[in-house]
Amino acid sequence: MTILVVAEYENGAVAPATLNTVAAAAKIGGDIHVLVAGQNVGGVAESAAKIAGVAKVLVADNAAYAHALPENVAPLIVELAKGYSHVLAPATSNGKNILPRVAALLDVDQISEIISVESADTFKRPIYAGNAIATVQSSAAVKVITVRTTGFDAVAAEGGSAAVEAVAAAHNTGISAFVGEELAKSDRPELTAAKIVVSGGRGMGNGDNFKHLYSLADKLGAAVGASRAAVDAGFVPNDMQVGQTGKIVAPQLYIAVGISGAIQHLAGMKDSKVIVAINKDEEAPIFQVADYGLVADLFEAVPELEKLV
Amino acid sequence: MKVLVAVKRVVDYNVKVRVKADNSGVDLANVKMSMNPFCEIAVEEAVRLKEKGVATEIVVVSVGPTTAQEQLRTALALGADRAILVEAADELNSLAVAKALKAVVDKEQPQLVILGKQAIDSDNNQTGQMLAALTGFAQGTFASKVEVAGDKLNVTREIDGGLQTVALNLPAIVTTDLRLNEPRYASLPNIMKAKKKPLETIAPDALGVSLTSTNKTLKVEAPAARSAGIKVKSVAELVEKLKNEAKVI
Repeated sequence: MTILVVAEYENGAVAPATLNTVAAAAKIGGDIHVLVAGQNVGGVAESAAKIAGVAKVLVADNAAYAHALPENVAPLIVELAKGYSHVLAPATSNGKNILPRVAALLDVDQISEIISVESADTFKRPIYAGNAIATVQSSAAVKVITVRTTGFDAVAAEGGSAAVEAVAAAHNTGISAFVGEELAKSDRPELTAAKIVVSGGRGMGNGDNFKHLYSLADKLGAAVGASRAAVDAGFVPNDMQVGQTGKIVAPQLYIAVGISGAIQHLAGMKDSKVIVAINKDEEAPIFQVADYGLVADLFEAVPELEKLV
Repeated sequence: MKVLVAVKRVVDYNVKVRVKADNSGVDLANVKMSMNPFCEIAVEEAVRLKEKGVATEIVVVSVGPTTAQEQLRTALALGADRAILVEAADELNSLAVAKALKAVVDKEQPQLVILGKQAIDSDNNQTGQMLAALTGFAQGTFASKVEVAGDKLNVTREIDGGLQTVALNLPAIVTTDLRLNEPRYASLPNIMKAKKKPLETIAPDALGVSLTSTNKTLKVEAPAARSAGIKVKSVAELVEKLKNEAKVI
C-alpha cells in the first residue's frame, strides 16, 4: 500500500495543512509519497523531503501547474494515481477544488473531509454541518480523500530525509488561465493553525470595532475570525469566516464575541478545546456549547479582558 | 447562451437534524425540506445573467426523488424557463449525480452550468468539480463573481487567503459561494406562472447512466455532545478560570 499526498504550500515551503494530511496518511499505514506540483517549487520539495515519515517526494515543476489550476493538475494526479492505493489532499480550497476532479476522472467516489481513519478503507466524516458523523467505507481501487486538517495532529516538519524525484509529465489543457489574486495581508497567525482564536460577530456593530479584537488578539498571540454575519455586513474580509462554509478551526481556546452561535458557525469551531462566549444576550445558543460564558456588553468586557491577560 | 442550473432538495438549513436510533441515517420524516441555499444562489445568478441579456434560456435540473419537483417549481418561479427532473429513488453519491448531469449536459448543450459549491446535507463539495471532469469543461469553483468577457468567463473565486480570478473557456462549470449574490423571493404571480412552465421527468435508465457508488455509509452517529459549561460573573473571574482551571492562557 502506497499513499500519495498532494502537498499544499505557501511562501516556498509546505503549508501546515500538509503535515496534518501526512498524519492522516500515517494512520492508514504504508509508504507515503508527497506530490509537489507547481512552478519553481524546488524549495517546497526540499521542505517536503524533511517531513517525518515521508518516503519519497515527487516534484512536477512546470508553468502549467502554477496557481494549482485543476484543469491541469488533476490529469497529472490521475496519471500518477494508478500506482497508489490512496490519494490524499488537505480539505483546503485547493484540495477541495482539485480532488473531486481527480476522483471523477478515476471513476471513483471521493470521501470529503475525513476526521478519523477507522481502517485502510473506512473513514469518519461529518455531515449536516457537523450534526452527524458518518462512517464511510470505500471499495474504490484508488481511494480519493480530502482530510479535515483539524482532525489530525500535525507530524514533525523536520527529521525526515525522503528522496526527491522529478516528474516529467506536463499536462496543459489550455482551457483555463490564472488572471490575478487579491490576498488579505495579516501579521497574525494563520486562522486554521492558531492556538487561540478570537472571533467577532454581528454584535461588533461595525468593522472599526474589530480593532478591539485585534488588540486583544495581539496580546494573546491569537488569530482573528468572524461569523458569516460579520463578513456579510462587510466588517471583515470573507477569508476570516469560521463555519460550515468558511474555515474549520479547532484551537486550544476559542473566544466568541458578539456571536449568537448559529448551527453553521458552530460547525466550524465546536471542536475547540475551550470555548469562551461573551454576549449580552443570555439566551444566545453559543452559551450551550461554551465552557465559560460571560453575559456582558462586549465593548466593556473586551478592553477589560485585554487589560487583565 | 443557454444556462443549465442544478438544484438539490435538502433539509432546511434551520432544522436541527436528529440521528436515527438505529444509526442508519438522519431522521428526515416530517422535517421541513427546501432548496439547498447554494443552489438558490446558482438560480439567482442564472436569472441575473438572463436579465443582463447574456443568458437566453435557463434550464433547471434536479437529480432526486419525485418530491424534488417542488424545488424545481421554486426555481421556475424565480425565473428559470423549464425544468428537468432525473428521478432517482435512493440518495445518490456525488459521482452518480455528476454522471446524470453529464447526460443532461450532452442532451441540452448549455454554454454554462451553475451549481452550488456544496449541499448542506452531505457537505461533499464534489459534484461541480466531477461534472467538470466528466464533460472536460473548465471549472470556476467557490465563485463570488462571474463575468462573461467575450468568449471567456472571468470567475472570481473565494480561496483560503483571499480571492483569485481565473479566465475559463466556454462552455464552463461554475459553483457558487454564498457571497455571489442575494437570492430574490418568488412572488405569488410568478409562483402561479411557474405551475404552467414545462417540467420534464426522465428515468436515469433513459440517460444510460449507472448510479452505483464506490462509497458505502456503514453508520451515522450523533457527534460527541458538548455540554454547557459555567457562566462567570466578571472578566476577572473569566481570566482567573482560563489561567488556573483551563490553563489555556
